[in-house]
Amino acid sequence: MATKEIAGKTINVTEEGYLTDQSQWTKEVAQAIAAEEGITLTDAHWRVIDFLRKDFAETGVLASMRRINKTGGIPTKDLYDLFPEGPLKKAARIAGLPKPTSCV
Amino acid sequence: MAEEKIKKVSIICSKGSLEGVYPPLIMANGARMEGIEANLFFTFFGMDAITKKKYKKIKVATVGNPAMGIPTLIGALPGMSALATMMMKKKMDALDIPPVDEFIEMISAAGCKLYACKASVDMFGLKREDFVDDVQGIITVGEFYALAAGGQIIFT
Repeated sequence: MATKEIAGKTINVTEEGYLTDQSQWTKEVAQAIAAEEGITLTDAHWRVIDFLRKDFAETGVLASMRRINKTGGIPTKDLYDLFPEGPLKKAARIAGLPKPTSCV
Repeated sequence: MAEEKIKKVSIICSKGSLEGVYPPLIMANGARMEGIEANLFFTFFGMDAITKKKYKKIKVATVGNPAMGIPTLIGALPGMSALATMMMKKKMDALDIPPVDEFIEMISAAGCKLYACKASVDMFGLKREDFVDDVQGIITVGEFYALAAGGQIIFT
């Protein structure tokens, strides 16, 4: 486990940049991580982030792509457009959630 | 020396059973989720996964499938394949693994390109209209090798 300077704060992260302490996440942290990925967060991005965080709080696991489609009402194509190249991993990192563990 | 990340993968799907179709689909979807460019090439019975009339009816093989652990004569009984398929699908649904038709759509929406094998298409007497809309085209093996160039090829 390491720490990283994000948005002017020292945040606990894994080697791959996922937050290990949920309480350290703020919207500024999200924006800073997104900027590192070359993403500027728009309302559409926030819709995904909000859903992922809400769902994680309810289920304790990161939503699968299928759950994002069905329960979140967010189409696969949109997710790939918003978070190119590795959408679930990027969205999870930006949302301050753990690395996705599902194979699907 | 750090390993170079895989940039492109071209996956061949040659079998039409449930357990034959899912590995290539999961590999293609998994590739896209890692930002890896992916192509899926369906040949022989694998084409059932992209054929409108067949892709919602793909079944588990209960005969000639020693890993299933049921005797061949039992596996051959009417309804056994349907039962095994139903059980498998229930488990997959609980794990949020989509059924084949939904999965093909998801994989295509994720940016993977889907192709049918021309030789198999000719053999089975199929036409472009028989395939789902997500299919990019019907290509020859030579064309497949061309689009697989520079990447890895996975045969399933």
